[in-house]
Amino acid sequence: MTSAGSGLTLLQTCALSLLVFTGASQFALVGALAAGGSPLTAAAGAFFLGVRNAFYGLRLSQLLALPRAVRPFAAQWVIDETTAVALAQPTRRSTRIGFAVTGLSLYVLWNLTTLLGALGAKAIGDTDAWGLDAAGPAVFLALLAPMLKTATERAVAGLAVLLGLGLLPVLPAGVPVLVAALAAPAVLFLEGRRRHTSRNDAHENDAPEEAR
Amino acid sequence: MNTWIAIGATALGCYAVKLAGLLVPAGALERPLVRRLSALLPVALLAALTAQQTFADGHALVLDARVAGLAAAALALLLRAPFLLVVAAAVVVTAGVRAMGG
Repeated sequence: MTSAGSGLTLLQTCALSLLVFTGASQFALVGALAAGGSPLTAAAGAFFLGVRNAFYGLRLSQLLALPRAVRPFAAQWVIDETTAVALAQPTRRSTRIGFAVTGLSLYVLWNLTTLLGALGAKAIGDTDAWGLDAAGPAVFLALLAPMLKTATERAVAGLAVLLGLGLLPVLPAGVPVLVAALAAPAVLFLEGRRRHTSRNDAHENDAPEEAR
Repeated sequence: MNTWIAIGATALGCYAVKLAGLLVPAGALERPLVRRLSALLPVALLAALTAQQTFADGHALVLDARVAGLAAAALALLLRAPFLLVVAAAVVVTAGVRAMGG
């Protein structure tokens, strides 16, 4: 795994997968730490990437109708994949089964592969020579690609790239990514103004990303 | 030690937002603006992270073998390759270019 290649110990790598268990946030944290970011800016970036899980939880809590006492335990499994499977089920019973089976199998697999990956990375030594430093951005690109559905998303992505790269030489590590996150409200704001001035209520395109 | 702080903060934060979705009454998070923003934040973060990890070397911007690797990943995505194949393409091409002295 990329994290062992960027200076985390075996224990730290496994703790990430066990405790955080939402892939994009894990990669973001590791990437920011590897770039020399402070722990808090690194954690902030990872946190923002995890915010979408709250919206999955919203949909799921209606569908699963879990007792309150069970929710804290179910929460750790609220991620892209479990939501996708659960939303595709026709009945509440199959929704619950789908969520539990996907959650459990992914949790076990994800942590096993993390352990194997970390051990493997240790064994092969110089991970850069094997091109493993390209795995991180490739993972991000693969996560990003299905989100770029409309011009708005592409504008946000473009602005974020400019901010992220443009500010890199001048701001402390980890901070440019957080500034780049402002591309999202900025584009929304501009879009809102344009809609406001043109006064034609083009229907809000609030394509939720649970289609992924 | 610093790394543990980051891991702890991330774990707490990520768990809190997952739990919040399950516990918070629907109205609080269902406002269109909040929904839009939460859909766009990952787009901005992932785009910036992709670009940085491709072109950054510390505080400098560089063009090296990773660019070829990412181009391969982008091509694989356009061809609708599965996730692991996309990542593998990036890794193999980057390693290949490096081996040839790129």
